[in-house]
Amino acid sequence: MTRFLQLTVNGLGNGAILALATLGFVLIYKATEVINFAQGQFLVIGSFVVYNANVTWGLPWPLAVVVGILAGILLGLAIERVILRRLVGESSLSVIMVTIGLASALFGIVLMTWGAEPKPSPKFIPSGSVKLFGDVSVGANRLWAVAVAVVVFVAVALFFQRSRHGVAMRAVADDQQAAMVQGISVNRIFAFAWALAGAAGAVGGVLLASINNGYSLELESFAILVFPVVILGGLDSVLGTVVGGMIIGLLVEYTKSYMNVNASQILPFVILVAILLVKPYGLFGQVRIERV
Amino acid sequence: MATATGVYNTTYRRDLGLRHTKAEYARLALLGVFAVVLPFRLDTYWLSYVNLILLAGIAAVGLMILTGYTGLISLATAGFLGVGAYGTANITNRLHWPMPLGVLGGTVIAAAIGAVFGLPALRVKGLYLAISTFAAQAILNNRFKDWPWLTQGHFSILANQPKIGGHQIHSDFEWYWLLLVITALVVWAGVNLFRTGFGRALIAIRDQDIAAEVIGVPVGRYKVLAFSIACGLAGFSGALGAHYRTVVTWERYDFDTSFLFVAMIIVGGLGSVSGAIYGAAFMTWVPAYITRVGQGLQQGSSGTPFIIRELPAIQLALFGVVIVAFLLYEPRGLARLWQRAKDYFRIWPFRY
Repeated sequence: MTRFLQLTVNGLGNGAILALATLGFVLIYKATEVINFAQGQFLVIGSFVVYNANVTWGLPWPLAVVVGILAGILLGLAIERVILRRLVGESSLSVIMVTIGLASALFGIVLMTWGAEPKPSPKFIPSGSVKLFGDVSVGANRLWAVAVAVVVFVAVALFFQRSRHGVAMRAVADDQQAAMVQGISVNRIFAFAWALAGAAGAVGGVLLASINNGYSLELESFAILVFPVVILGGLDSVLGTVVGGMIIGLLVEYTKSYMNVNASQILPFVILVAILLVKPYGLFGQVRIERV
Repeated sequence: MATATGVYNTTYRRDLGLRHTKAEYARLALLGVFAVVLPFRLDTYWLSYVNLILLAGIAAVGLMILTGYTGLISLATAGFLGVGAYGTANITNRLHWPMPLGVLGGTVIAAAIGAVFGLPALRVKGLYLAISTFAAQAILNNRFKDWPWLTQGHFSILANQPKIGGHQIHSDFEWYWLLLVITALVVWAGVNLFRTGFGRALIAIRDQDIAAEVIGVPVGRYKVLAFSIACGLAGFSGALGAHYRTVVTWERYDFDTSFLFVAMIIVGGLGSVSGAIYGAAFMTWVPAYITRVGQGLQQGSSGTPFIIRELPAIQLALFGVVIVAFLLYEPRGLARLWQRAKDYFRIWPFRY
């Protein structure tokens, strides 16, 4: 029983981080209907910049995180402005393939800049463990990560409900033309979504690094779990991201412990294919009915 | 199938033909001569790259049928190359079947697994399918890595060189002729596929799937079929490649290789079977060339191994940039550039 509870706690922690890592992906899809295959690179680049700022340049950690987030925002803006804006109105096929190309290019650049060796994990996130109840304990870094994830998600929810930009973003996601007629600058909203995705990527990347004990390209393999999460939760649902992240996080922990590592690596993708077959728009995704 | 500028077909027969002008027949003959002369003029190092191009070309034609003509993306080409390779290696090693049967077996297994991962096509549209193939790649690569039954517990497994009529095929020179014939047949079949009803139906699905459904194309079934064909051809290429290289390791079938194939068809030109071959050639020669240049640099000066050390990274970055650049500036790739050059010269000095 203790083992089960322990796994549950770990799984929920990982799930929260996974949800955070996925958030940027969903934001971009919601606003621009682009499936961004380069989201994993956003995580890697954001976290490596934080590492550089903190360790190499010796900045204090809050500043380092800010630098990382700024770098993520700049990256997102640059990609939107230089590449994706030219493709507005092109077929979704070419847009997807552009993000695939982008993922490959960014990965190559990351390899050239930072090399393939893992870097030690950030010092500023405490790494001790906290006793919860009974014999169940949880790493302080996981608790931190969950706390940050909760804050970010509440902020995002409020943003979509209350702020002008959030409402404008939902309007664009709903119907671009109608939004334009209302005087919303669709270009600006697109840029905004990419910037947010970059920022979310940086935050998610740092937290991922903290539970994986270091910055490394391992992040990449964790980052591909983004796809099972979004498909399970629904591509355009922020709530779905949270629920999907939790479910995948739990399942990975359970299978890793009760079965083996291989099963835990495959299972999310088996779920992905199954969900596509049974309930293609996910748990919370909006069902799209096409009319000619 | 847009009609080329300055070509006037006066008979139905000529209109339906693959080649419309005498110049095209002349080019075909030239190409034939080139293909015959080539292996006598190249050294073994470059000839092995030609063989790799021919191998890649088979899978690229499959992906072109799927992406360029049906409008679906596969990010799992490498996974299915692996299915073919492991399939034939296991069949020939364990059952001691001859190599052609092994290759056939690998192809059929790849096509069957491809159909399974194509099944979501019955429920969802293009974008989601890309993610399904992404999952296929993740699952397959993981299986190659850690499935003792498949690899008999070894890091890599061996595939034998084929025997034809009691003669062992082993040199690049002999392989060249075998692969040339096979790839030519695949290209021929691919080009002609789009003159059949099935091929036209695939194009209709790409252009407007709802309209295609309305005029009676079974969209879901044809999408799964297209998937199956693409994966089968990838498996075919992988199986041949296994016997060509004689060693099968999982590292060769990772995401990067799948990206490479996507890059091939984009660079070659979406919607052109010959483009798949141009792309395969481009994406195989360029890295080989970079490697050569890198080696030259290393020998020339004392300490610039950067390009060697970072070669995989440089290749990845370059492929990415090439994909993005082609999609932004010439979405129809090298095939379109070639087409435009032909149009320009055909009626020179006039514009149209």
